Amino acid sequence: MSMPETETVVRQLTLGDAIREALAEEMRRDSRVLILGEDIAEAGTVFKVLTGLVEEFGPDRVLDTPISEPGFTGIAVGAAMTGLRPVVDIMFGDFIGLTMDQMVNQAAKIHYMSGGKWKVPMVMRTTMGATRRSAAQHSQSLHAWFCHVPGLKVVLPSTPYDAKGLMKSAIRDENPVAFFEDKMMYKLKGPVPEEDYTIPLGAADVKREGDDITIVATSSMVQVALGAAGRLAERGIGAEVVDPRTLWPLDETTILESVRKTSRAIVMDEGYGRYGVMAEIASVIAEQAFFDLEAPVKRIGAMHVPIPFSPPLEDATVPTEETVCEAAEAMCG
Amino acid sequence: MTQAAPTRTDAALDRWLRMYRRMLMIRRFEEEANDLYTRALMPGLAHLYIGEEAVAVGVCEALAPDDYITSTHRGHGHCLAKGAELDRMFAELLGKRAGYCKGKGGSMHIADPDTGNLGANAIVGGSAGIATGAAFSALRLGTGQVAVCFFGDGALGQGLVYEVMNMAALWKLPVVYVCENNLYNEYTHNSETLAGDIMTRGPAFGVPGERVDGQDARAVHSAARGQVARARAGEGPSFLLCDTYRFMGHHVGDVSREYYRSKDEESEWKTHRDPIRLLGEALIAEQAADPAGLDAIDAEVSADVARAVEFAKNAPYPSVDEVDDDVYA
Ligand SMILES: Cc1ncc(C[n+]2csc(CCOP(=O)(O)OP(=O)(O)O)c2C)c(N)n1
Ligand SMILES: [Mg+2]
Repeated sequence: MSMPETETVVRQLTLGDAIREALAEEMRRDSRVLILGEDIAEAGTVFKVLTGLVEEFGPDRVLDTPISEPGFTGIAVGAAMTGLRPVVDIMFGDFIGLTMDQMVNQAAKIHYMSGGKWKVPMVMRTTMGATRRSAAQHSQSLHAWFCHVPGLKVVLPSTPYDAKGLMKSAIRDENPVAFFEDKMMYKLKGPVPEEDYTIPLGAADVKREGDDITIVATSSMVQVALGAAGRLAERGIGAEVVDPRTLWPLDETTILESVRKTSRAIVMDEGYGRYGVMAEIASVIAEQAFFDLEAPVKRIGAMHVPIPFSPPLEDATVPTEETVCEAAEAMCG
Repeated sequence: MTQAAPTRTDAALDRWLRMYRRMLMIRRFEEEANDLYTRALMPGLAHLYIGEEAVAVGVCEALAPDDYITSTHRGHGHCLAKGAELDRMFAELLGKRAGYCKGKGGSMHIADPDTGNLGANAIVGGSAGIATGAAFSALRLGTGQVAVCFFGDGALGQGLVYEVMNMAALWKLPVVYVCENNLYNEYTHNSETLAGDIMTRGPAFGVPGERVDGQDARAVHSAARGQVARARAGEGPSFLLCDTYRFMGHHVGDVSREYYRSKDEESEWKTHRDPIRLLGEALIAEQAADPAGLDAIDAEVSADVARAVEFAKNAPYPSVDEVDDDVYA
């Protein structure tokens, strides 16, 4: 586990506060870092993640933009190329479709197309995650779209500690990084030390050890996997939970080590299962650890439907601890 | 369309001759690119700038070396006008390691930090954000640089252009939006694609606009100079509409064009509205140059182009090992 063991009691911060602290510390450290987005200054974003930043850094570094996602993303690309380190805030992950050309055809390719001469050190922060009763256009987890594109890095923190360390690395990275925050986890609390630390992009974390089955899980699915692992332990099944933390770069080594040890794997992600993150990780396991497996790799993701509004319907679309337990028991049986 | 002859000073004379030379360099470069394509020596396609040289040259003549530009699919002229070297340009067109992008970009993606070239862009209107972002950096970092965004009349159909113009006006960014109105979006006349008056678009955002004869390099230059000065003085963005015409096809392979524009129209522009000939004739009429002097420039430029092509032809391709270099910084 990556949390350092310390004698002193470590502060508890929410995931939202951890992200704000990372941004504030990076903005203090480096005057080139600034944030652009809608309702981010005095409003502090619709989720209040950035509350207080404009008071400290002023409106030149915490900029309220017009409702022009492609426009301000494009401005961030140009600003990143020319000496700034912009962070763009896309209010809901569902809106990344609007920014696609700027992310996919511009930000992701400029370094390569220019033969390595221009760089685009920017971060796009946005949200993911269902069950907020926000219906089909405010609930999706679309991070897999960016994972498909060479030139982009994709980060999905699952704890406040990881969120802070990963955000700092994302800001310091020389490439465009998409950072997906589960909106249902902003209030999740966890230990976050005071001191400056970073978590490298491309390092998975084993969130719980176990010998019988590996659950590779991302973002809020890590919490679901941990809950399921607790229940499975009562039934005599030791589940190991591996959080890749970044989907690209992907720490295949840690995932494969775990799977080789347990010989069974479930891959969980809140994105759609079809052609998704789960499919990719499952195939990494199948290609490289096939002969260590006792059972086919199981994918668990969002149902392949637009996210419905009605609570019982919406709840049926996302994986639960029960789903995981059932799958794990079937595989270990 | 003849305008009063601009005031002649030694500096102005130097500038006009420099512009003449640059335009001719672009013309000869593009003719050579067409030739390379026709002889199957160039992979892919290229969108030639022949006929539009006065726009890039007139505008870039108003820029400092460290000012920024973004360019388009029809970008060779912008890159050369901003100071790119012929040999590395040709090398890039041929996909060679010595090219500006080590052969990874090609005709539509030439980029060069040393000349402030943020890159040509094969997405119509796609660089409007980048140019505006560079202006944003210049303002934030207090560098005094200006960014020019070149785009075609077709890009006026892209929402991105208006989004960033709005922000540039709100934030007073030092950016000049230069629209090259050559009347066509590929194979479609812009009377089918543009509603209303182009010149009212900028003012809707409080971005002042100017319309110039894009075949008159000196007119383009003086308008651009004013707008660049305005941007540098912190007065914000402006819009420059340059009426121009591409003499060749949309790209090198577009040879039968009568289904979208007439030979008469083409020959009218080529005969009477050639920006290089217009400047040359004006300089001679003003006794600012003589035919022999202009011929000598042509001979020099043509020799430079010939040398550069030879360099590019003989240059090696990148090693296949390099294919996955530079994906990440
Ligand atoms: C977003 C996008 N849509 C379509 C194209 C295909 N395309 C390439 S050039 C072009 C026409 C562009 O017209 P204009 O902007 O007037 O530039 P010109 O070619 O006349 O210089 C089109 C449609 C593209 N490259 N990008
Ligand atoms: Mg056009």
